[in-house]
Amino acid sequence: MQEFDLMASLPSIAPIIGLSILMVVVLTLDVFLPESQRRSLAFVTALGMLATAGLSFFLWAPTAATEGLYWGGMIRYDMLALIFQVIVLIGGALTAMQALDVPYLARRGEFFVVLIVATLGGVVLAGAADLIMIFLGLETLTIPLYIVATFKRDDAKSAEAGMKYFLYGAFASGILLYGFSLLYGFTGQTNIYLIAEYLQSPQFAANLIPMLFVIVLILVGFGFKISAAPFHFWTPDVYEGSPTPVTAFLSVASKAASFALLLRFGLAVFPPTLFLDGQQVSAYWTNIAAVLAVATMTVGNLLALAQKNIKRLLAYSSIAQAGYVLIGVAALASPVAQQEAVTSVIFYLAMYTFTNMLAFGIVILFANATGSENIADMAGMSRRSPWLALGMTIALLSLAGVPPAAGFFGKFFLFNAAVQADLTWLALLGVLWSIVALYYYLVVIKVMYVDHGQNEDQPIAVQRPTVWALSLTAVAIILLGTFAVQAIYQLAAQGAASLFGAG
Amino acid sequence: MTELSVPVLTVIIFLPIIAAVLILLLPRSQKDLVRGIALTTALACFFLGLVVYTTYNGEVASLAQEQAQILSQDTNTDATQAFEATLAFEDQVEWLPQLGISYHVAVDGLNAPMVLLTGMVFVAGVLVSWKVEDRTREFFAFFLLLVAGVYGVFVAMDLFVLFFFYELAIFPMYLLIATYGWVKLREYAAMKLTLYILIGSVIALIGAIAMVLTASNYFQSPEGAVVFQEAISSGLLPANSQPFSFSIPQLTLAAENGAFNVINYAGIDGLTFAKLWFPAIFIGFAVLAGLFPFHNWSPDGHVAAPTAVSMIHAGVLMKLGAYAALRAGVQLLPGGAEVHLPWIVILATVNVIYGAFIAFRQRDFKYVIGFSSVSHMGLVSLGWATMNLTGFTGAGLQMFSHGVMTALFFGCVGMVYDRAHTRDIPSLGGFVKVMPWVAFAFILASLASMGMPGFSGFIAELPIFMGLFEASPVVTLQVANTTLSNYYSIIAIIAILGVVITAAYVLRVTGQVFFGEFNREKYPDVGDITARERFVLIFLGSPLIILGVMPAIMAPMLQVGVAPVLAMLGGGT
Repeated sequence: MQEFDLMASLPSIAPIIGLSILMVVVLTLDVFLPESQRRSLAFVTALGMLATAGLSFFLWAPTAATEGLYWGGMIRYDMLALIFQVIVLIGGALTAMQALDVPYLARRGEFFVVLIVATLGGVVLAGAADLIMIFLGLETLTIPLYIVATFKRDDAKSAEAGMKYFLYGAFASGILLYGFSLLYGFTGQTNIYLIAEYLQSPQFAANLIPMLFVIVLILVGFGFKISAAPFHFWTPDVYEGSPTPVTAFLSVASKAASFALLLRFGLAVFPPTLFLDGQQVSAYWTNIAAVLAVATMTVGNLLALAQKNIKRLLAYSSIAQAGYVLIGVAALASPVAQQEAVTSVIFYLAMYTFTNMLAFGIVILFANATGSENIADMAGMSRRSPWLALGMTIALLSLAGVPPAAGFFGKFFLFNAAVQADLTWLALLGVLWSIVALYYYLVVIKVMYVDHGQNEDQPIAVQRPTVWALSLTAVAIILLGTFAVQAIYQLAAQGAASLFGAG
Repeated sequence: MTELSVPVLTVIIFLPIIAAVLILLLPRSQKDLVRGIALTTALACFFLGLVVYTTYNGEVASLAQEQAQILSQDTNTDATQAFEATLAFEDQVEWLPQLGISYHVAVDGLNAPMVLLTGMVFVAGVLVSWKVEDRTREFFAFFLLLVAGVYGVFVAMDLFVLFFFYELAIFPMYLLIATYGWVKLREYAAMKLTLYILIGSVIALIGAIAMVLTASNYFQSPEGAVVFQEAISSGLLPANSQPFSFSIPQLTLAAENGAFNVINYAGIDGLTFAKLWFPAIFIGFAVLAGLFPFHNWSPDGHVAAPTAVSMIHAGVLMKLGAYAALRAGVQLLPGGAEVHLPWIVILATVNVIYGAFIAFRQRDFKYVIGFSSVSHMGLVSLGWATMNLTGFTGAGLQMFSHGVMTALFFGCVGMVYDRAHTRDIPSLGGFVKVMPWVAFAFILASLASMGMPGFSGFIAELPIFMGLFEASPVVTLQVANTTLSNYYSIIAIIAILGVVITAAYVLRVTGQVFFGEFNREKYPDVGDITARERFVLIFLGSPLIILGVMPAIMAPMLQVGVAPVLAMLGGGT
């Protein structure tokens, strides 16, 4: 462990510091601003998060010399952490912008404070390198989300969502914690790299079965967090009942942070080089990931086919998307494809953040105008608000993986990694399910473009800041699928490389 | 090869995209401006395509010589060299170098006619859609995007770019058919078409990734590394090439050196990569070419689509499938082609005969043309299956000829339907009296369609049948323990029957729709077509005659285009 140097250690928690300051600022403004001006809290939150992301990325990005463990091994400071922190921050900022359009959220300072805390949790999680820190991050991320899920207080569905999310979430945390405690009990360490070191040592080599027990417990816990089947049951109800910006945050930022952790934890503690009892441990967990991927894609895509409510559709679609990402996780099994696999997962989550944010942002506007979240009520959208229809189309196409939207590259990278890892069957299954998915996305597009609605001559009113947020997101999706793909891929590859330089 | 100072192919691809974005930004009411921009773009793309075509055609003789000289050397890279030598108007920009993806476009003898064809149908499509009033802006924007995708696939020299544009083209097509198509059928047909085509293409995409990976492993093996280094030092591959690459020339090099013919692929006895993946890739693309039994989307799709989209669809998109099947299937996996095309030929024959019979039975004017496309595209697949120069050239000519012809057919059907508001053949009749131009154009297309000498159809179909006879002594098919040989001549005879049936149904339709008594009471408002529509008919009709009389303006070019593929088939094992 290196000597403690405060100034050198600060950049590793720059986003955490930024968010903490932002939280205090928002809390103070909430007290002093008159009711009429409280809408600006959303701007303060969004800009603050973006500024935090920008400063950490451009000023305090880790280099080969500075990356490593900091704060007594609690935090790992590397490109992977930074990239996921930026993803979570962008997700948080877009969520804040979306809240502007929701009447019962736009003027509530506490919503933004709680949102910032949740984002903080995600940021901690992305860089956590210690069991304690991981658990702290996870709970800091989820407990605020239990609260904001119930923010629509007089709505039974919202209350149900919060309650369900809390029960499932607490349960999942418990299981995960049980896994962690076993791990600590076996090794006497809480730092994941030290745990890994101990597991590699000869005196531990006989203990395959206990480790498998740990792996199963931890994967079940993660499975809940990323809503992988068969641990997905909470997802549709929670997504449907929560205020839509919260749903967006749940589906994007919370998921990205969990995957960041899964990658780091899996590869650090159970790397392919770890053999216990003569068996390669990583083969076990990547195989479980492959099985989870198949189950998740199947459940998500099949059930999405039957949905009538756009938020439930997006909920099942986000389950399916987690399934595709798990293909990338399963591809970690092969040493040759490892780096490719991590890169593809990072890229996918980055593009997925923008995509889902755009989709939910438009759902909010649509629900405000019509008071309905039924797909059938989106009829005539393209006549009513051609730009919103086009935006939704871009988001859905990106989810379906159709160029020029970013989803095409996202899926291509994942399947490419799978084929390189000799998992061609999994890639084939993935593309077949993505065709099924295309069907239900196209149905939504069809409703917007082909069907006739009642209020076709009344355009949906959109405020100027929202226009900017949505257009920039849409442009980002197109750019990620065309001209910017090289730059982002390069960044993701750096993130992946930093993961393998660890230890 | 003379090169123009502007990257003309890139301009051809991106001009429609830019125009589409521009159109979307215009106010909704500016319909005439939208139409103007669309037409200007279409004309610009057509003329650029024409410039590409004529420039290339001027060099064909010298290219053929150069190619013959390369191929006579009989080295392990001669086919790749012959392929690269024919590429012109190349434009290459790194896109994603980490994964060996670069934006690489070029024309060779095979796709230069396709670029010209796309331009012609593009112009005609914009002109026949002039009267679209419902969301005009969106219609033309999506139409332009569709055409951009089509251009992209034809000129792509990178397998990934090919897939990118292929899938890019599918979505606007879905929306155009579902939104502007024939009310009764459009949602069902659009969805069916999209899913059929995408299933084929994504399976082929996985095949392509596996292919690139196999080639990369080969180039990293001791023997492959030698080939790779030599290719780089001789300038055959760019200096910054890496083993993992989607570049079609590089994959061709791998294929030529047997990278896909290593036996015991995936641990199975006697299996090679080419044998396993050829059907997935070839048929994956051939779905779009309407290969039996995956043709089911095609008639419904064509009937449901608005006229311009039917024209693009049957005229150009089906060729896209056939072209990509040859480019990514036969050229890159010749070892698989030799094993699998001998049975795929039977599917193609079913296409020809079955499509023609079904067309004969239709009462709906547009379904006749829809099924006739299935039948005619079967001839293209037959041409690929001959695996010889005569058949390939015929198939290439058939792609162009059928593209123009079927666009003309759909144009005629659309003009009749716009005025009569019905496509039921028995209730039409005598339309030659009110629409002489349309009747004349339809008869012209019919004659081309039944392969009458002097029209492009004859020039295209004759070599295909000749090719089948030529291939007959060479090709054998192994089924279990029996070896089938000399059956290509039987196939040819059966397929020629398709021409007879074609003659029967086009004559029947011509007779019933255009001749006989015209019922003025039933169709009080039907009048003659406008000058704009006349121009479309002349524009699409003239190539049928020009090509029929002077095949020399296209055949030598196609021969240059297919020669490398043939060299792969001959010497690729």
